[in-house]
Amino acid sequence: MSVDKATVAKIASLARISMDDAALERMVPELNGILQWVEQLAEVDVAGVEPMAAVIPNTLRLRDDVTDADPLTGGGRQGDVLANAPAAEHGFFGVPKVIE
Amino acid sequence: MTDLTQLGVKDIRDGVRSGAFTAREVAEGFNAAVAEAAVLNAFIVTTPDHALAAADKVDAARAAGAELGAMAGVPIGMKDLFATNGVQTTAASHILEGFTPRYESTVSQKLWDAGAGMLGKLNLDQFAMGSSNETSYFGNVTSPWKKAGSNAAMSPGGSSGGSSTAVAARIAPAATGTDTGGSIRQPAAFTGICGIKPTYGRCSRWGIVAFASSLDQAGPMARSVEDCAIMLGAMAGFDPKDATSLQMDVPDWEAALNADLRGKKVGIPREYRMEGTDQAILDSWEQGKAWLRDAGAEIVDVSLPHTKYALPAYYIVAPAEASSNLARYDGVRYGLRDLPDGSGLQDMYAATRAAGFGDEVKRRILIGTYVLSAGFYDAYYTQAQKVRALVARDFERAFQECDVILAPTTPTASFPLGSMNEDPLTMYLNDVFAVPASLAGLPAMSVPAMLNEHGLPLGLQLVGRPFDEQGVLNAGLAIQQRAGFTAKPEKWW
Repeated sequence: MSVDKATVAKIASLARISMDDAALERMVPELNGILQWVEQLAEVDVAGVEPMAAVIPNTLRLRDDVTDADPLTGGGRQGDVLANAPAAEHGFFGVPKVIE
Repeated sequence: MTDLTQLGVKDIRDGVRSGAFTAREVAEGFNAAVAEAAVLNAFIVTTPDHALAAADKVDAARAAGAELGAMAGVPIGMKDLFATNGVQTTAASHILEGFTPRYESTVSQKLWDAGAGMLGKLNLDQFAMGSSNETSYFGNVTSPWKKAGSNAAMSPGGSSGGSSTAVAARIAPAATGTDTGGSIRQPAAFTGICGIKPTYGRCSRWGIVAFASSLDQAGPMARSVEDCAIMLGAMAGFDPKDATSLQMDVPDWEAALNADLRGKKVGIPREYRMEGTDQAILDSWEQGKAWLRDAGAEIVDVSLPHTKYALPAYYIVAPAEASSNLARYDGVRYGLRDLPDGSGLQDMYAATRAAGFGDEVKRRILIGTYVLSAGFYDAYYTQAQKVRALVARDFERAFQECDVILAPTTPTASFPLGSMNEDPLTMYLNDVFAVPASLAGLPAMSVPAMLNEHGLPLGLQLVGRPFDEQGVLNAGLAIQQRAGFTAKPEKWW
């Protein structure tokens, strides 16, 4: 399978990366080179093979059902959470207007 | 007095404990060495005050008769992929420039708790995507090594290229690295140092900027196997904040180091004998077998039939995970925001990400987005995860016949910066020997073997069973003792 400029534009839009015509043109052969190379995976016989889910078998743990179990992530840290925001307003993340 | 910057982790720790010198003297020595080596561009920011404060704490603890930690008095470099409280953390990307975490990654916190201090945040390939340290927004890192008879700036490998340069240039006794598809082992091999990626889950990923979460693992880079064993012991351990963290005790790897390999079998994977591998690399591999045989091991042939498919599988799985992980950079919560005049939310996302990510990062996000998109998911992603299962099964079977696997770390020695940029695929192929162990989550290490005909270091790789870091370290030690690798780059900076 190979991609054309329209497909790359579509992927870039899905990935929310703005790309001008020149950037798209440049990306098409690069992506095709990679995609053609990974195509060799199709020749591997994978009959009866389950796709890997966990590289090292591990059990999922449950934490104690209490609020603030981990003080770092348990809440009450609004100032820290907003400290690196490009536009923090009134204790919230500020974004451009989304409702007309 | 000896030049303290020539010492490694163990010698610094022991010297500080015995009182031969103070932790402050060590920190001052390395801070000065870091300042002198700015031309290597190994650090994105330096933090001499952090190193001094940690050292003073260790000296005070010693004066008070308190027990000292495993890394007490050792100033290290921290790859700029680990979140450090109050210190800019960028993943070498413009999109995170200025980001100053209000929390500390688990691994870095463990190192500070063990008495280490921080010399600075080390440069890397942007979001750890690269094998030559040429994708950083903050400029290339230059290896301290030179090809004989040439003045060309050489690649320190990647993505942990700041780490490898700093340790090889003796401006840090050790550094943290992270390895997703070879990013500890390949730069270690390029610069004549040691580096180990432990079993997936040994080191917490909490607070490490995520690239491909099913592959990312932290590990130490240092100049000896002993130093790696000590530092890995300080970095590893269960962390409830990482769902994939291994709930297992951390063995005392340093205490159990043993280079006597009698009764051990070393597997030589026949599929690693690949076209395009330098003759000097093949020679070093032969030499490695002889060294391990000399240490008492039996050398056996093993087969890893799906080796050839590991790299293409990796270049589906890793970009797929990256495209998902990097969706968080949206110009809203932290990092860069690019808001063109009159634009809305969607335009802001797209403009921010276009301005913030470098070309290689964009390439991988696009590949990842494509292979996960409707209609292509099964053909690419599911197929790659099946092949990944086969790669892991190959190792499982091989480890029924051997205890540890010996292979080259890389197919070539270091190359000049700028010489491999015409095609992204050529660069990817440099990780051909490193990626299989990553896909299988296995512990793997690179140790320096020798210099090639151009005076550049070559590394040998050891891959072990899950959780058997000890077996990897022991075989590494056997090689280290026999290789007698003492070469170091001549100081030109």
